[in-house]
Amino acid sequence: MDTIRTWVLLAALAVPFAGSADERSIRMKDGAERGLLVANCSGCHSLDYIQMNSPFLKRAGWEAEVKKMTAVMGAPISDADAAALVAYLAREYGVPD
Amino acid sequence: MDRRSFVRGMAGGAALAAGPLLLPRAAFAALPAGALAGEELGVLPGKRPLIKRSFRPPNYETPIGEYASLLTPNDRFFVRWHLASIPEIDPRDWRLSVAGDAAATPLELSLEDLKHGFERVEVVAVCQCAGNRRGLSDPHVAGVQWGSGAMGNARWAGVRLKDVLAKAGIAADAVEVAFDGADQGALEKTPDFIKSIPAWKALDENTLIAYEMNGEPLPHLNGAPARIVVPGWTATYWMKKVVSIRALRKPLEGFWMQKAYRIPKGKFPVVDRFTTQENADTTPITEMVVNSLITSHLEGQHIRAGTPTTVAGIAWDGGFGIRSVDVSLDGGRSWQAAELGSDAGRFSFRPWSYSFTPARGGHVLSARASNGVGATQVDKLIFNGPGYHNNVIQRLALEAE
Repeated sequence: MDTIRTWVLLAALAVPFAGSADERSIRMKDGAERGLLVANCSGCHSLDYIQMNSPFLKRAGWEAEVKKMTAVMGAPISDADAAALVAYLAREYGVPD
Repeated sequence: MDRRSFVRGMAGGAALAAGPLLLPRAAFAALPAGALAGEELGVLPGKRPLIKRSFRPPNYETPIGEYASLLTPNDRFFVRWHLASIPEIDPRDWRLSVAGDAAATPLELSLEDLKHGFERVEVVAVCQCAGNRRGLSDPHVAGVQWGSGAMGNARWAGVRLKDVLAKAGIAADAVEVAFDGADQGALEKTPDFIKSIPAWKALDENTLIAYEMNGEPLPHLNGAPARIVVPGWTATYWMKKVVSIRALRKPLEGFWMQKAYRIPKGKFPVVDRFTTQENADTTPITEMVVNSLITSHLEGQHIRAGTPTTVAGIAWDGGFGIRSVDVSLDGGRSWQAAELGSDAGRFSFRPWSYSFTPARGGHVLSARASNGVGATQVDKLIFNGPGYHNNVIQRLALEAE
């Protein structure tokens, strides 16, 4: 994970809209991916959106969600990170195709 | 009962199914497992505990028990935001711009201007998120996984939107009126949440700019200092913290009108049309479909055989008025008319009740509301990708012993 970019993103996005202390209770599956989620998702929304929408989306469903965030909501997610996010979401919060 | 199972029972009626089933399962839909695992009672500023769906932006639903009263208390009224930056506005600093290319005499109004420059009016109306009960969609669809609590009924007070539009010189050829609130996304590129309604609906005498809710100033998270109230229509148009109203000669463009809050054309028995925003396949959601909610009993509840028992709930629709509510105790094989309660107007919840003496054994309780234009709740979900308009008849398993 590129920690400098993570920090910059957090400083740019998250500080004025910092999540509540309650958000710290959110536990994501496979903590190894936490940096990816913090860098790309939690600037705009709490991560409980992911667990709430599980487990019923197939890989294509998670792909559509990530694409909505980049193409519609303007999230600056790199192609590489988007691919990694889709893989993570499909693996941990999806259902088999 | 611990807190979590209490919450689940209130939210979706699904948790009690964890034990041995009392009956052949009534097969009523349940929230996704992840949504059930993540829900908790959470306290927002100015609110008593609500059922948390997401922390940020805050999406919290009303516990079903609150619907036992005709008006939903302000501090228990559901909370729904799309964008995470929600400014607290000092009412003295708030200004409302009323303009647009179809407004000959644009205005800027303070809250005092609004309160003293126009006639004060009130309406009791249901505010229901278009996606209420999305979490019960089968198959599940992406979005906030609401149970049955993304709605509330309140006495709204404010001024008629048509009076304000008249003062701004709205032109006869205005086609839509657009609303923008003070909320914003974390990113500049995120589409601002701006919504429009047809000019005819904006000029309806029941459509308000409201500054009070149940006799109090609007709560911060329900849109203080003022919000739009569109009785009969889903809450997506009830812009909170409204700061801009524009009368338009052309249909509003943008994601929130052209891509979101749309339903397949012709699939639902709705009356109101929003023709300037229709395309070949879809149309904006308009009025709420007729619906009801059982508030007196929960899935799996035990009741006393041979003892008079009253089941009760509420019914509502898109403003045509509730004509009847029928109750079934045998899974929909036979129906009896419920008694309708106090009538607070055609946009309000309508209470209903039905008394019976249960025989020992299992019962499947259902309620079915019909409205003034002959529409009735459905047995089977009219599936749609965004999960709107879920008015499937409930089926609650009760055990009389």
